[in-house]
Amino acid sequence: MPLIESLWAMLGGATEGLPPWIEFFTFSSINVIHVVLGCSLLGASAGAIGCFSFLRKRSLIGDALAHAALPGVCVAFMLTGTKNPLYFLLGAGASCWLGAVSVDAIVRYTRCKEDSALGMVLSVFFGVGILLLTYIQKTGDAAQSGLDHYLFGKAASLVESDVKLIAVVSLGVLGALVLAYKELKVISFDPDFAGAIGLPRRLVELMLATMIVLSVAIGLQAVGVVLMAALLVTPAAAARYWTDRLNIMLMLAAGIGAFSGFFGAYVSYLSPKMPTGPWIVVAVTSLFLASLMFAPRRGVLSRLMRHYRFRKKTARENVLRTLYLFGERADNWEQGYLLNEILHHRLMSTLELRRALYRLERNGLIVETPDHRFALTAAGVHAAARITRLHRLWELYLTRKLEIAPDHVHDDAEEIEHIITPELEKRLIADLGGPQWDPHEKHIPPVGGVA
Amino acid sequence: MNPPPIEIHDLTVAYHHRPVLWDIDVSFAAGELVAIVGPNGAGKSTLIKAMMGLVPLASGHVNFFGEPSVKRRSTVAYVPQRGSVDWDFPTTALDVVLMGRYGQLPLFGRPRRKDKEIAVECLKKVGMLEFAKRQISQLSGGQQQRVFLARALAQQTSVYLMDEPFAGVDASTEKAIVVLLRELREQGSTVLVVHHDLQTVPEYFDSVMLLNLRCVAFGPVETTFTAENLQKTYGGHLHLLTEVGEKLRQREWRHRNATH
Repeated sequence: MPLIESLWAMLGGATEGLPPWIEFFTFSSINVIHVVLGCSLLGASAGAIGCFSFLRKRSLIGDALAHAALPGVCVAFMLTGTKNPLYFLLGAGASCWLGAVSVDAIVRYTRCKEDSALGMVLSVFFGVGILLLTYIQKTGDAAQSGLDHYLFGKAASLVESDVKLIAVVSLGVLGALVLAYKELKVISFDPDFAGAIGLPRRLVELMLATMIVLSVAIGLQAVGVVLMAALLVTPAAAARYWTDRLNIMLMLAAGIGAFSGFFGAYVSYLSPKMPTGPWIVVAVTSLFLASLMFAPRRGVLSRLMRHYRFRKKTARENVLRTLYLFGERADNWEQGYLLNEILHHRLMSTLELRRALYRLERNGLIVETPDHRFALTAAGVHAAARITRLHRLWELYLTRKLEIAPDHVHDDAEEIEHIITPELEKRLIADLGGPQWDPHEKHIPPVGGVA
Repeated sequence: MNPPPIEIHDLTVAYHHRPVLWDIDVSFAAGELVAIVGPNGAGKSTLIKAMMGLVPLASGHVNFFGEPSVKRRSTVAYVPQRGSVDWDFPTTALDVVLMGRYGQLPLFGRPRRKDKEIAVECLKKVGMLEFAKRQISQLSGGQQQRVFLARALAQQTSVYLMDEPFAGVDASTEKAIVVLLRELREQGSTVLVVHHDLQTVPEYFDSVMLLNLRCVAFGPVETTFTAENLQKTYGGHLHLLTEVGEKLRQREWRHRNATH
């Protein structure tokens, strides 16, 4: 790709060939194409299919199945003596399937619950796998070198035949997912209903299990049995933060999986000694953390922002209400008050009060007099009357409808006054019959006016 | 004479060899609106699930319109308990209602425009059209229940089995459900409703089935919903039946031809 090369030259790079971290993106080596294609495809199919285990709250099954694949790979090698990817796929598939059946059988015929069954299958199968692997390595068979890549994965070891198999299987899994979208959706949301409308529940569940097994099996060489589960679970968990639609979630998870696969392959290409699996986990986990933090609405940051804004709003409304109480007491709405007077009446930090006053002044609800006193503007009186109204309406509602003693209602109203919407306000007024006085004999400011 | 919409013949259901429903033998006619009432653990939900083939039967059989239930399952609309699913599932109200059409579609077939129209129509019927695109976790409990009812309506059948549709819903939803149930009855549907509020049984239903591990009584509300029958259902004089069941579980005796 001359474009990249000329860009590199423009940036003042060395003329003697591109450094590897850029050369990768020219995709000029067929090997790079293999590795990238293979890892992205398996990331996409594992990410998409993992959404269903995630939504069915059975994420751990992927982990158990991936570990359960190891003895299958070893047995396939011992029987055939070659590292043919197809035999490995069959071996891994068979032993995954045996693992899945074992989990089912343990849950059904013993007192063990699913989590312990998964734990048992995972450790027993993985243990046997390691045992076989050690045995094979001891035989000194030259053909066995590289079998240990199946533990942590090595994308750089993918050759054309591996990639072909990955492509066929992953595209097959994605195709089956599109085909059975409706069935997978209803069985994940409401399995009883799926059964009740005569859906072949067993068949669909078997299909889903097969798709998971296949996605795991094709990822073993590149990602490794230990960390394959990360590609099943984490993209789904990350994608869930961004959307409330299953189809979009599937596409996002596939995209996240594909990118993580790509990233792992990239690192693996640059530094052939690096195992790929851990780097894929690094990528996918970073994407998950980013989603957790920055996703709109569900993300931590967005929640913190909402919380922060609400606190600011509460502070401002509290200041307004305090000034209203002062005005009511003095029967004078123009008079200004000092910072300390407000602080004396309302427990808040000076900084918080200053910020609230600053915003209120900018919004035209408060004016600062030359002698540093703060007074309500006409609009300010109006807004302050509303907050006071809500506070007193709620106090009245609690005493009248819930029969709570008048001296117990203030703290509750302090909170509720900030969250009552105009619609709720109307209903409150109607329910209470347009009241004039609160339980403490204070006047309830009418809509659009003051006392 | 036409076979009845629902016919339960000598039905026994067991969990882990312990029978939880004994010898239920009853049939329901078209246009019948029935409350299934009984204490906690009486087997109300189990009866519905057994009828839908969701739990294995220890003995007996269920017929819909004179045919084995498994064959005619798609002609029966099932409304599970609202708490039985995770409402945080990434989907919309309309999508859930559309699931009611899945039974009529071929395996792997996609819903057509006609199915969507039916789903929209059913949402409208339960007064939820404006929430069609809302993610289901953002609906109130009553609204979620309405979505479930709309899904059952979308199946366009004449037999409805509802598991606690009135549980935890607001007053306006309760009213809407009652109106809907009456409408279904007028259309000649058979509607079985697991119900927990004894006070409203005479007002909402025509017939009542009192259930406590066995069918204590079944018939029109006026003659069946009596203090004496309620005492029999809720009185708790079932020690013998529970004890025998417990024995069966401990010894893992096979109850009849039970396989589970």
